[in-house]
Amino acid sequence: MRFALIGQPNCGKSTLFNQVAGYKAETGNFSGTTVQYKETKVRVLGDIIELVDLPGTYSLLGTNPAERVVLDYLVDRQVDAIINVIDATHLVQGLLLTLELMELGRPMVLAVNMMDDAVRQGISVDGEKLQKLLGIPVLPMIASRGQGVRDTFRQAWQVAEKKSKPIPQPYSDEVEKAVQDIRDHLKKKEFPVSRRAIAIKLLEGDPDITARVRQFDKAIGDRVVSYLDALCHSSTRQAVWMIAGERQKSARALSKKVSSHGEAQLSLRDHLDDFLLHPVLGYVFLVLIMGLFFWLVYGIGSRLEEPLLSFFDGLTAQIVSRFSSGGLLPQLIAGTIQGIAGGIAIVLPYLVPFLVGLGLLEDVGYLTRIAFLTDVLMHKMGLHGKAIVPFILGYGCSVPAIMSTRIMEDKRDRFLSAALVTMVPCAARLSVIFGLVAFYLGPWAALGIYFFNIFIIAIVAKVLTRFMPEDSPGLILEMPVYRMPTLRTVTAKAWFRIREFVVEAWPLLIAGSILLAMLNYFMVTPYLDLLFQPITWLLGLPSQVGTPLIFGIFRKELSMVMLAQALGTTDFGSVLSAQQMLVFTVFVVFYIPCISTIVTIRNELGTKHMWFIIGLSLLVAAIAALMTRGVLIVF
Amino acid sequence: MNLLNVENGRWVVIHSFRGGRGIQRRLAQLGFLPGNQARIIRSAPFHGPLLLEVEGREIVLGRGVAAHIIVEYV
Repeated sequence: MRFALIGQPNCGKSTLFNQVAGYKAETGNFSGTTVQYKETKVRVLGDIIELVDLPGTYSLLGTNPAERVVLDYLVDRQVDAIINVIDATHLVQGLLLTLELMELGRPMVLAVNMMDDAVRQGISVDGEKLQKLLGIPVLPMIASRGQGVRDTFRQAWQVAEKKSKPIPQPYSDEVEKAVQDIRDHLKKKEFPVSRRAIAIKLLEGDPDITARVRQFDKAIGDRVVSYLDALCHSSTRQAVWMIAGERQKSARALSKKVSSHGEAQLSLRDHLDDFLLHPVLGYVFLVLIMGLFFWLVYGIGSRLEEPLLSFFDGLTAQIVSRFSSGGLLPQLIAGTIQGIAGGIAIVLPYLVPFLVGLGLLEDVGYLTRIAFLTDVLMHKMGLHGKAIVPFILGYGCSVPAIMSTRIMEDKRDRFLSAALVTMVPCAARLSVIFGLVAFYLGPWAALGIYFFNIFIIAIVAKVLTRFMPEDSPGLILEMPVYRMPTLRTVTAKAWFRIREFVVEAWPLLIAGSILLAMLNYFMVTPYLDLLFQPITWLLGLPSQVGTPLIFGIFRKELSMVMLAQALGTTDFGSVLSAQQMLVFTVFVVFYIPCISTIVTIRNELGTKHMWFIIGLSLLVAAIAALMTRGVLIVF
Repeated sequence: MNLLNVENGRWVVIHSFRGGRGIQRRLAQLGFLPGNQARIIRSAPFHGPLLLEVEGREIVLGRGVAAHIIVEYV
């Protein structure tokens, strides 16, 4: 059996998924966190169920790629039961999607989530009454605490077993007549959803479904057009309105019947926006919050990095000294230790607090506030505030950042933000910035790198938008209410991302370190260094850094760890000047995205754009590093 | 008048829309349908986006989008 989880953004759907899947989906108080669907297997009443978490969608209209995923999934794949999650505090909007889902003719249950928030806002929802009115099981739920989850899945299993199809709410007579007539003329079994749903999609003018139906049935297209003419005497635009309007009327009537508003218990968080979105104070808080965030990451990371590094250095020295004869073996051991040390001492001390902090900001709902505050700034770069989402995620990892560009409707916006986001220093590059620059030259130098990075990105954006003028309508975004993040979701999310490093990157890092030790021993690295010779010469860097730069294309952390291997010490202060450290770091921040990012770009935007972004990043890296060198020589 | 001419805090009724069908659908999903009421809660400085309340939800709209929504005071 297969169940599909569907709900609007911020309804707590991914939180529910995590409750049952053991934290495999990333959640966030942030629309568009789930852009691809995720699947997991759960056990319900002794049966193994395939559970699909579909991206948050406001309706089944499929206006952006994330919503298209939902519509296409439902239209093409067999789903035995739909679990529709709605937010009790936004009942009318939630029911809009529910009514639309009921058209599909698939067994369905409705989980009314965030009952605790509703109580706080003085809203009470009569689930039993709603169940009677809709004719599908309705269950109260508080997903963040796991309440009502088990019941929801049991009910879903039961409706799936009975194959009980919901009866859709009727539209007004004229719309209903059109829908039914088109439905009757549709051939059976073209789609696994009800013909009624297809008929409605045709009336709404869904381009994909219209094209598909036309392929095997030309006459139906004409029938739809004649109904549209009769219904609104002009264009399809109004049919969409008409249907949406009627659905809204039903949703509102339903909500009125089942919910009542009492006295809301307003608390501090209802007034929080008066400060955090204040025209002046808002920006003060923004700087303070982000400053505190980076200060904490640096504080925790550096305090751990120093003793850990000296421990591993001591260990290496001790072991190598045992082998008086030298040879390959001590080199290999030293390489292995350096690889392990790279993960424990250089990457994790910064990565862990960073990811926990980012998860916290996301779950509280502050990231969307940042989008509101920075929209103006993003406009100057030819993008809109929504592009801040991939940018912020980009400070964690470029891969989810590039995936999240899907929340943008416009192709140009997606490409632009993907191209720019690869230049945002991700957590892996953070280890270079902090491990090298902050550690040897102080936190201010590291902060300087971040500002310089933003400055360069802004310039690149300006240049690119010159060739690609803006034509997107601008920012459209839902502002989530502040929510108290639970320790469980924040740590689970951080762990989800840390595990990616531990499982995927770290072994590569250690293997790369060993490989490099071998290359060193057999003295092959000078040939590798030759590849980057033009760049290292231009930037005034020791030619040995060529090899770490090549390894950095595999994983960004490697350019740091390999640097230790290539220079033969982890005490970089003794072999690199301050200027060289800065130039090297600037180059590493911008040049060629890592392999996983490159693959993601190709999947999301195509091969042509992938090559363009690779070329662009190399060019920008060289120019930015050269600028740094020039400035440092002058001053 | 369009949403940009509205005073912060005053309720308006949505009358109609200008612009492409894509944006219209998107706005419809978020509760911007003719006849619905909306109000500007606050706007970001330097001609930044507007934070609106519509159908019990808070929605951020860029000025470019807001200019497409034709409204009347209640």
